[in-house]
Formats: sequence, C-alpha cells, structure tokens
Amino acid sequence: MTANPCPDRVLLLQAELDGELGAAESAALQAHLEGCAGCLTLQAELRSLAAGLRAAAPRHAAPARLRALLAARAAPPPPVRRIARNPALAFGAGAALAAAVVLLAVLPGPAVEDEAVSSHIRALQPGHLTDVPSSDRHTVRPWFDGRIDYAPPVRDFAGAGFPLIGGRLDYLGGRPVAALVYGRDRHLIDLYVWPAAGEAAPAAGARNGYAVVRWRAGGMAFLAVSDLEVTDLLAFARLWAGGV
Amino acid sequence: MEPDRAEFARLALPHLDAAYNLARWLLRDPVAAEDAVQDAMLRALTYFASFRGTNPRAWLLQIVRNAAHDRLAAGARAREVPLATDAADDETEMTEPADPADDPEAALSRRQDRAALAAALAALPAELRECLVLRELEELSYRDIARVTGVPVGTVMSRLWRARRALLHPGEAPA
Repeated sequence: MTANPCPDRVLLLQAELDGELGAAESAALQAHLEGCAGCLTLQAELRSLAAGLRAAAPRHAAPARLRALLAARAAPPPPVRRIARNPALAFGAGAALAAAVVLLAVLPGPAVEDEAVSSHIRALQPGHLTDVPSSDRHTVRPWFDGRIDYAPPVRDFAGAGFPLIGGRLDYLGGRPVAALVYGRDRHLIDLYVWPAAGEAAPAAGARNGYAVVRWRAGGMAFLAVSDLEVTDLLAFARLWAGGV
Repeated sequence: MEPDRAEFARLALPHLDAAYNLARWLLRDPVAAEDAVQDAMLRALTYFASFRGTNPRAWLLQIVRNAAHDRLAAGARAREVPLATDAADDETEMTEPADPADDPEAALSRRQDRAALAAALAALPAELRECLVLRELEELSYRDIARVTGVPVGTVMSRLWRARRALLHPGEAPA
C-alpha cells in the first residue's frame, strides 16, 4: 500500500497541475514533494489523468450549420448601417439618418425576414413548434400574458382551411415576439406578431425557398413564413388582414 | 436600439466551438446542445449592448452554461427524475476500483480505455463535469470557471478535486 497524499496539500498539488500556483508556492511544494511519496504519487496520477482526459474526451466542434446560422443572424442589416459608417455622409445626413433609424425601428429590414425564416426552420424540428399547443384562441392568447409586453391578436381560420395549431414565444430582431402556428394541409405557417404603427397591405416575398408575407394592421406588424405557395400564403394573409 | 451585430459577431463567433463543447458535455446530446447554444447566442445578442467586460469568452460561456442548465432543469421536470447533484449519489461507469498497489502508470494503463474515461466524465454530476470540462478541455483559469459557473473560486477548486478523484478512484466514497 503506497502512502496517501497529505490531505492539506491535495488542492495545492491540483493548483500546481492547473498552473494556478505562484513561484514561491511552487518552490515550497517541490521541496515537500522530495520527501513525500504520497504526494508524489498523487501528482503523477493527476498528470496522467489530465493527459488521459485530453486524449479521451473529445472537444466537440460546433456543427457547420450552427455556425452558418449564427453568422447570418449576427450579420449587420446593411443599408442604414453603411450610411452611418460613412463620416462624410453621416454629418450632413444627420436628420435623414435619424429618420431612417426610426423607420428601421418600425419597419425592420430584410434581416428580420431572414431571422424569421431561420426561426421557422428551427421550429420545424421535433418538439420546437409550439409552447402552447391548442386550436383554441382563448387558450393561446392568454398564454402570452406575462411572457411578452403586449397582447397579440389570435384568430382561428379553421373554417377557411387554416386551423390554428398553437403558439410559442420566439425572438426576432433581438426581442421576444409572439409566434402563432397554423396548419394548411400538410404545411405549417408561422405568423410572427409584434406591435408596430401604421397600416400596410400584405406584400409577398421569398427567402431561401420559403414564402414570406408581411403586413400591418391594428397597431401590429405581421410576418408570415411558410413553405406554402406564395399565393396560398397571401390568401391566408388577406383573411387575417381583412378582419383585424 | 439595434445591437451592434458586427461587433457581436467579431467577439462571439470565435468562441462558438467552446460554447458548443460546453453545452454538449453538459446536455450529453448534440441536438439539445445546438438548441441551447442558439438560445444562448440570442440571449447574448440581446444583452450585448450592456456587455462592458474584457473577457467575452467567459461572458458567453456563462450564458451558454445557464441556457444548458435551464434545459437540464426542464428535462428533469419532464422526466420527474431528479438530476444527481451530489457526488455521493454518483456511480461512474468505471466500477473496478484502482488497486493501490499499482504504480500510477499501471493504474492508468488499465483504465486506458479512452471510451471508458470519456464515459466516466460524462457520468459525473453536472456541476463537477462542467468544472472539469472548462478546465481540461477549454483550459479556463479558476477565476473564469468561477465566473462561468457562478460559484466562488474555492468551490471550483473543491469541485475539480472531487471530479478528478472520482475519475482516478471510482470505487472510493467521496469525502
């Protein structure tokens, strides 16, 4: 049976291994080690374990997909920023820039559409679609109370072939927003709703093969994302926009 | 105020591997780890405007660690099985106790099955595992580990010691 390490020195031995000892403490420990078999054994064990762990335990690299997604999310929304970064323009265009920033605040740029599409794709993974799975708007709407600082309108269009499936909390443009989930045959629609002034008729676009429709009504901005045909998503948007 | 996304990307993305590695070792599942890192990065971007520190890696890992623990807690509630929080409850997968008559080289060579060592690390209680992963794989200082895990440096030292002793002498009861 080999000697045990000195109980009051195990943390010192560990700190030496971890490079956390100062020169004086290190020297004192070395002097002790020359006469203490137990501590010497522990030092060797700790070193073997460190080498073994670094060889045995993989350092997992982030999947390329995650890196690409986060790089895209972190990319700056280009147009306004470019003006702001040009000092010659920034000085003379102060008022215009201020106006542009206000506009950006109420009318988030294409970056929000990219974010919404990414968010939609992520939500399609199992278990991510809804936080509150319910076709009852009287269940879905109160669920958002206390989770976000506004009350999103919730409507069901089951009669028109767009049944409400549920809702979840999501993030767009760095803030929490309500996401309502609808079905259409075998397709899903994510409808993001957040407060915004103004009125705008539904306008359609496409991102990475997904249809995106945006409109404003009743003090709210709406952004719908789906793999439906654009015409079907527009029909859904018009149902919504027509009745708010 | 729109967070400065370009600056955030410059500071945060170099630490994405560290973020994912920590989440992966804490959650022990690639999909859950990816989700936790996504959550954490969104939180980080939201709070980035208030980040004034000089150590973005520790700041990010702290957010990732908290996001991962949120998921661990949610998973524990869902399964209604409490997570092991005490080394005393823990059984590593290495059931054969070290023979004290062996010299360290021989003791190590008997346990040199790397898969078994990685499995033993994965089987440690979360609060011991995160300390050892941050120290051995991410090479963080005690101070940074303390910051990421939200405990004093002295607690980090004792957790590292408990983690290492559990891997060196799996048969021994922890003191």
